[in-house]
Amino acid sequence: MRYSALSVLLNGLTGKAPAPAWRSPAPKAEYDVVIVGGGGHGLATAYYLAKEFGITNVAVLEKGYVGSGNIGRNTTIIRSNYLLPGNNPFYELSMKLWEGLEQDFNFNAMVSQRGVVNLIHSDAQRDAYRRRGNAMRLHGVDAEILDREAVRKILPFLDFDNARFPIKGAIRQRRGGTVRHDAVAWGYARGASARGVDIIPHCEVTAIRQHNGSVTEVETSRGTIRCKRLALATAGHSGITAAMVGITLPIETHALQAYVSEGLKPFIDTVVTFGAGHFYLSQSDKGGLVFGGDIEGYNSYAQRGNLANIEHVAEAGVAMIPALSRVRVLRAWAGVMDMSMDGSPIIDKTHLPNLYLNAGWCYGGFKATPASGLCFAHLIAKDAPHEVARAFRLDRFARGYLIDEKGQGAQPNLH
Amino acid sequence: MASLIPCPHCGPRPKEEFTVRGAALPRPAPNAPVAEWQAHVYLRENPRGDYAEHWHHSGGCRRWLVVNRNTATHAVHSVTDAAGERP
Repeated sequence: MRYSALSVLLNGLTGKAPAPAWRSPAPKAEYDVVIVGGGGHGLATAYYLAKEFGITNVAVLEKGYVGSGNIGRNTTIIRSNYLLPGNNPFYELSMKLWEGLEQDFNFNAMVSQRGVVNLIHSDAQRDAYRRRGNAMRLHGVDAEILDREAVRKILPFLDFDNARFPIKGAIRQRRGGTVRHDAVAWGYARGASARGVDIIPHCEVTAIRQHNGSVTEVETSRGTIRCKRLALATAGHSGITAAMVGITLPIETHALQAYVSEGLKPFIDTVVTFGAGHFYLSQSDKGGLVFGGDIEGYNSYAQRGNLANIEHVAEAGVAMIPALSRVRVLRAWAGVMDMSMDGSPIIDKTHLPNLYLNAGWCYGGFKATPASGLCFAHLIAKDAPHEVARAFRLDRFARGYLIDEKGQGAQPNLH
Repeated sequence: MASLIPCPHCGPRPKEEFTVRGAALPRPAPNAPVAEWQAHVYLRENPRGDYAEHWHHSGGCRRWLVVNRNTATHAVHSVTDAAGERP
């Protein structure tokens, strides 16, 4: 069924219960492509495989329920404000796909281009942001530097004269914003399912079998499934799935917390990041302030964080917006991130000819969802990388072609 | 992460006193092949389970420690001084 205002009206009048948005069939014995991981990237990959490349005999295997991982745990921000040539065109493609996504998959994902504002607190930071803004504009991405008074017009409640971190200006990407994260998973699942993709929840892959140097089948909690091509998109659990075929990845798994406050009246109509500490904030359409900070710092597969980090994030938030000190936090939760050694992702082939890898998204995976799905589908369908994802190679660490936006080196908990 | 880390020098201390560096890996020989050094710098087992890491007691005795802990349950099994024998 195609969703429209008319369908809402007709189904409302007839009182029909809505049909499930996607099928959940039992797994077949064999597929052309099996995608491990039914999160945003896995579902987007299945969607574009079916829609752009005509490959529909596809299964998406998800160990929990659809949307139970990081696609439902992030802070919903989209942006394409990257500095390096390996990253920038990829994230800009993602932004362009976000801009047309709802029409493309006929689902309301509440894409809201409310802008992303990164605050500047020092002359050195202004220089760095100006450089980034210039790099963005050279790549055809929108960026503008705001002075202090221009920031004050958008965000009058910031602590501009904070003794330690005075606000000197900001860089803004107007096309950035937020998207309803769950709806992204649901929209891609619905679109893929309608084109013949089998989305199979509660189906955990426990082993990957090889014969004559290529992958032949996966063992799952719902039986053995044969596959002609296998695609791994398991985010924070990439180390576990890669180990099933003997690959050791340049990735560590870390927990990242996110928070939402009680619902408030409209307060902030953009995304704003603190430049002096790790804190960022936006307001959901329900009124809750959605905010986050840095990862916990140690390897963890537990989807939970510590109170000390909550306190740290709250301190940074109040330093930026003193009015937050009276706001009560409603919920805190965590997801596990596939933190790569240079802070950039991997979309690549592996040493096995029919095994493909999508991993290393650090805490920037959500904004990348559409482009990641399209580029991974391109790689699987054509056995060649998409033009904008050429730099995301698994062997770049050995070859010395790292894509290190922050210049931190091989220390994943600092990216 | 467990709330307390039993430092062999200071006793059980809150984990906020410590700074984590990452996996405690044996260092390759200086003349080891490039591939071995590349793996040492970039590749990680990243297990869901027991893991040995270097932690620095930066807010205490300032000794480097090897912390054996579980990455899924966050239980700390043992802590030794990094200069000592590995368990």
